[in-house]
Amino acid sequence: MLLVVEQFLNGLQFGLLLFLLAAGLTLVFGIMDFVNLAHGSLYMMGAYFAATFVAWTGSFVIGVMLALGATLLLGVALEFIALRHLYGRDHLDHVLATFGLILFFNDAVRLIWGPAGLALPLPAWLTVPIQIMPGIYYPAYRLAIILVALAVALMLYIVVMRTRLGMLIRAGASNREMIGALGINIKLLYTLVFGLGAALAGLAGMMQAPILTVQIGMGENILILAFVIIVIGGIGSIRGAFLAAIFVGLIDTLGRAFLPDLLRKILSSAAASTAAPALSSMLIYLLMAIVLVVRPEGLFPASRR
Amino acid sequence: MIASFNARNLVAALVIASLLLLPLYASISGNVFVLTLFTRIVIFALAASSLNLIMGYGGMMSFGHAAYLGIGGYAVGILAHEGIGSGFIQWPVALLASALFALVIGALSLRTRGVYFIMITLAFAQMAYYVATGLAPYGGDDGLTIYKRSDFAGLINLSNRVQFYYLCLFCLFGGVYLIWRIVNSRFGLVVQGLRSNEQRMQAIGFPAKRYRLVCFVIAGTLCGLAGALLANNTDFVSPAVMYWTRSGDLMVMVILGGMGSLFGPVLGAIVYLLLEEALSQVTEYWALIMGPLLLLIVLFGRGGIMGLLGRLSRG
Repeated sequence: MLLVVEQFLNGLQFGLLLFLLAAGLTLVFGIMDFVNLAHGSLYMMGAYFAATFVAWTGSFVIGVMLALGATLLLGVALEFIALRHLYGRDHLDHVLATFGLILFFNDAVRLIWGPAGLALPLPAWLTVPIQIMPGIYYPAYRLAIILVALAVALMLYIVVMRTRLGMLIRAGASNREMIGALGINIKLLYTLVFGLGAALAGLAGMMQAPILTVQIGMGENILILAFVIIVIGGIGSIRGAFLAAIFVGLIDTLGRAFLPDLLRKILSSAAASTAAPALSSMLIYLLMAIVLVVRPEGLFPASRR
Repeated sequence: MIASFNARNLVAALVIASLLLLPLYASISGNVFVLTLFTRIVIFALAASSLNLIMGYGGMMSFGHAAYLGIGGYAVGILAHEGIGSGFIQWPVALLASALFALVIGALSLRTRGVYFIMITLAFAQMAYYVATGLAPYGGDDGLTIYKRSDFAGLINLSNRVQFYYLCLFCLFGGVYLIWRIVNSRFGLVVQGLRSNEQRMQAIGFPAKRYRLVCFVIAGTLCGLAGALLANNTDFVSPAVMYWTRSGDLMVMVILGGMGSLFGPVLGAIVYLLLEEALSQVTEYWALIMGPLLLLIVLFGRGGIMGLLGRLSRG
């Protein structure tokens, strides 16, 4: 029981983290119609910035805040210098250009921070276990991730659904020419959205950093997961991304935790221990394939046009 | 497709001639490395050409093409590991396995369009990647060393550098010729028609999905051949050949050379891998230059090298 609750919370935490990454991706795709493979690089940069700034300032909170700003600026700069010239081009051009950016960022990080990974140590007040149910303790940091991510999701919902900016964003998603014609500075809006997406990716990276190490290529595997999520959820739909992210986080975590035992009941233990890791890595891709075969537009296709 | 004298054909002819004469240069100059490098390049040119068949002519943007490199490679590697060294068994199995994989994932993926297609092919390739990492009896994560190259009963010796190079070159030219025949056949025209306007083609009465699927399977099989060659070239096969960045590399080669041009991907593979080699000689951080270069190519170099040559010859 203890293990189930813990793994369930881990899954939820991982899912919410994935949502932060997927939200930026799906926003950028839904509004600018832009496929950004370099989103994972922004995730990585967020983690590296955080590790650096936390070491500099000696304060976890200030360091993370600075890193968040730095990632946002990086995103804005990236959009301004290169990516805005690619809007309206073929998706393939986006894939190629941002693939180049991944290569660039990976080597840039290797040059600046060296090939070895960094560690982002947690402050003492975040390492204590917290009693969430009688007799069940859960690490405070993971709990903090869940709360922060939920708060961000709520904020995103309020911004997109309840503010003028959000209204413009939604209008831009459904008809970009029209809102440009109505006198809205669409370029600025795009830059803002891209910066927001970058900051979300960076936030996900720096929150994940204390749990795993900060290393080159950390954004690549998780980027693929984020893509799986937005495809399952329906590209351009934040609500779809949220539900799909939690779903994927739970399936991935619970699969890794319980599939080996489950398989051991059916297969011999040798066969199970070889098959289980591969099978649990495949689970979400399997899920995506099934979803796409049944509903080629994802579960919650954003209404377009 | 009438061969006329223009920059494109000139470059293609020059490249073909240089590829054919390369072993001669290698033996005269004593530079063995160049032969090893170009064997690799020729193999990737074949893989990129096969991707071009579906991407350039069929409009199917597969982001999982490296999976076939792995499947072809693992077919050779696993059979060799099990003591079946004959190429007459290994290679047909490699082709068949790739074709079968392409058939299954094609049948599922082709239900989707656009970005969804890019993503679902990517997902299937990642699945193949994870299956390979889980193959514990065959090395799992670490990969599988192939101690003996495919044996063709004395017909050709794959361990001989020059013979192996010419075999790869033969496969590349054969593959390009096959693609040329396909593209200009009735079947190929239908597939290209589907890329331009699917609705119209369906209205005329062509079953869109079936044509696309056959094209997808042919491309996968060709890439499986490249995989079998690659495994023999490196004497090693590991999940890394199927990793998604490898698929990205293949896409870059196709687009760099010129998507939808017969010889473009070959040029793309040559330029991309030579550039990678040259840059990594200069600096350890070659991707720092390569990355922005790709960005510039996308921003300013529409149609890739072939497009550039086409514009040159038009003046």
